[in-house]
Amino acid sequence: MVGGISIRELPRKKYLLPGNPSCPGCPEALGLRYLGMALGDRVILVVPAGCSTVIEGLAPNYSMRFPIVNVPFASADAVASGVAAAKEVLGEDAVVVVWAGDGATADIGFATLSGAAERGDNIIHICVDNEAYMNTGIQRSSLTPYGAWTTTTWTGKKERKKDVPLIMLMHKVPYVATASVGYPMDFIEKLRRAVLIKGFKYIHLHAPCPTGWRFDPSLTVEVAKLAVETGMWILFEAVNGKVKISPPSLPYRDRSRRKPIRDYIKIQGRFRTLTDEELKKLESMVDDVWDTLTKFT
Amino acid sequence: MKLVVMHLTGNYAVAWAVKLSRVKVVSAYPITPQTTIVEKISEFVESGMMDAKIVRVESEHSALATVFGAASSGVRAFTATSSHGLMYMYEMVWWSAGARVPIVMAIVTRTIGAPWNIWSDHSDFMSQRDTGWLMMFAEHNQEVLDSVIQLFRISEDPRVYLPGMIALDAFILSHTTEPVDIPDQSLVDSFLPGRRQPYTFKSGDPITMGNLPSNPRDNMRMRWDVHKSLVAAKKVITEVDREWSKLTGRSYGGLIECYMCSDAKYFIIGAGAWVGDMREAVDMLRSEGYEVGLIKLRFVRPFPAEELAEVMRGGKGAIVFDRSVSAGSAGPLYLDTVAHLGALNVEVPVKNVIAGIAGVDVTYNDIASVVRSFIEEIESKGVVSNYVEWYFR
Repeated sequence: MVGGISIRELPRKKYLLPGNPSCPGCPEALGLRYLGMALGDRVILVVPAGCSTVIEGLAPNYSMRFPIVNVPFASADAVASGVAAAKEVLGEDAVVVVWAGDGATADIGFATLSGAAERGDNIIHICVDNEAYMNTGIQRSSLTPYGAWTTTTWTGKKERKKDVPLIMLMHKVPYVATASVGYPMDFIEKLRRAVLIKGFKYIHLHAPCPTGWRFDPSLTVEVAKLAVETGMWILFEAVNGKVKISPPSLPYRDRSRRKPIRDYIKIQGRFRTLTDEELKKLESMVDDVWDTLTKFT
Repeated sequence: MKLVVMHLTGNYAVAWAVKLSRVKVVSAYPITPQTTIVEKISEFVESGMMDAKIVRVESEHSALATVFGAASSGVRAFTATSSHGLMYMYEMVWWSAGARVPIVMAIVTRTIGAPWNIWSDHSDFMSQRDTGWLMMFAEHNQEVLDSVIQLFRISEDPRVYLPGMIALDAFILSHTTEPVDIPDQSLVDSFLPGRRQPYTFKSGDPITMGNLPSNPRDNMRMRWDVHKSLVAAKKVITEVDREWSKLTGRSYGGLIECYMCSDAKYFIIGAGAWVGDMREAVDMLRSEGYEVGLIKLRFVRPFPAEELAEVMRGGKGAIVFDRSVSAGSAGPLYLDTVAHLGALNVEVPVKNVIAGIAGVDVTYNDIASVVRSFIEEIESKGVVSNYVEWYFR
């Protein structure tokens, strides 16, 4: 949505403190800051095993100004459902947010995510998608894209990326959106819209990881933007099942306006084994994702 | 005080206790033989008899996760499961104890596959004994109802602040109807104060629980604290039993209950529903002239080591009946018993009988015959020849 929030209106309070143990150029650190700017003190964060477990700091130190319920890997949405149920019973205001990686969202935590979505529990699930199990050292996940190197796919992943936002859309939840750390205002606006809706909300945040994707830590935002500009990542929003491509992605509905996927591939080390033939296959997969999504618009 | 007696299955006794305890969030996943607990609670809630929220989750792992979330956020919460359901939530069982969140869970004990089998043994329950939860058994349905209420009180005592689980045997208790006194709500309210817990997650209060420790020594200390609190719970359990007894006239002895122990030379030790059969066996053996007593282990965590030692010192022998086994070793109740008695210098020969596994029926006649042979062997030879016996009728 255009003309929503001005950066000057956003709170200056830091919800993720400087000096936290995230890697240089960490996209999760960006995402957590935007989350604080968007929702502030109302948040109770539920964090399953992942990079954020480390980013929040080593006890007795603590890098966050959110309350965090740390929970086992496959339990986050269920714990959040419990927190939300308690707050409803007590009549206390709280925005219960699951901050989960691709593993805790799409793989080990998938049943729990689907369960909470089907029940319509009043929580926001944010999938911080860095496209591999980064916290355990860059192993492939179901959200790793085709052709990407990881420490369990040495010659590149042979399978395509699972389309979790569409799967969540098919749960008929009231709010599904994608976002990117390269587009903070878009993400913040989406969070602020999601929070007004009662029920289950899903936001999939694309989070390019310099450590795992093998690019210079100064390029996180640039890589995130390239993902959108090449059409590799599509920003959209669906309120009550009605899909709208978000403004930053709008031009790229037209295939000819997209930058070449090669531009996105070549600045990352993880695609170094990708052959020209595999690149073609990846390009056709991207077209396929666009075709499927636009059918819902 | 108004006295209401109802005919309740063990599972319905649990549901009534949960209602009387004013639980606010319930979450569970169906599994035989637990299912009728949450069915009954759902009925209470949907008919307006109980003011609570039910979260109908997609698995047991999520059931305990939801209950953990609710309990850590400020309300009394409850779940129940059995067998494979408990195995599936195992990770959350540890997490809840480590996080020191008071929760009560009912375990309708059922054997574990393969093969599929729904009958009772204690394999599921006893496999949780290292987790840091308070763990207690019930012998009959009245004790089920009373103990669930007591367990909330013990779990939420600041000297304890740990979750607790109560075992009731599949079908023998869970689906068998017995007359049960339902205490008045005002009595339960006076016994069980409002929710108490060590910390509560709320918006605007940036606390965390469970993040990585910079020094593992702190983590070890947390585990030590769980242990110390379980040991400290012994006093709380005894106090709570006494107070409940004053209010209702029913006492279960706190940690252990002794039957015909004062002049006994031999002891039967057991836990769960078959303690009722053990009472019958004691009566039978006493009528035959055997000097036998029964020690019912009501709590297995904290393990009542000193309490057992005090009763058994000077005895001539004891048999521990286990309805589960640590394969390759012996029954878990036996292992705890001999380890602690040995360390406390109670020199009584102790035999382990492993019986009733996978729901194999065990009667008071079986128990009496095993005890008879044991006593005769001790009296004639002075030693136990087969100290871990698998009993098949």
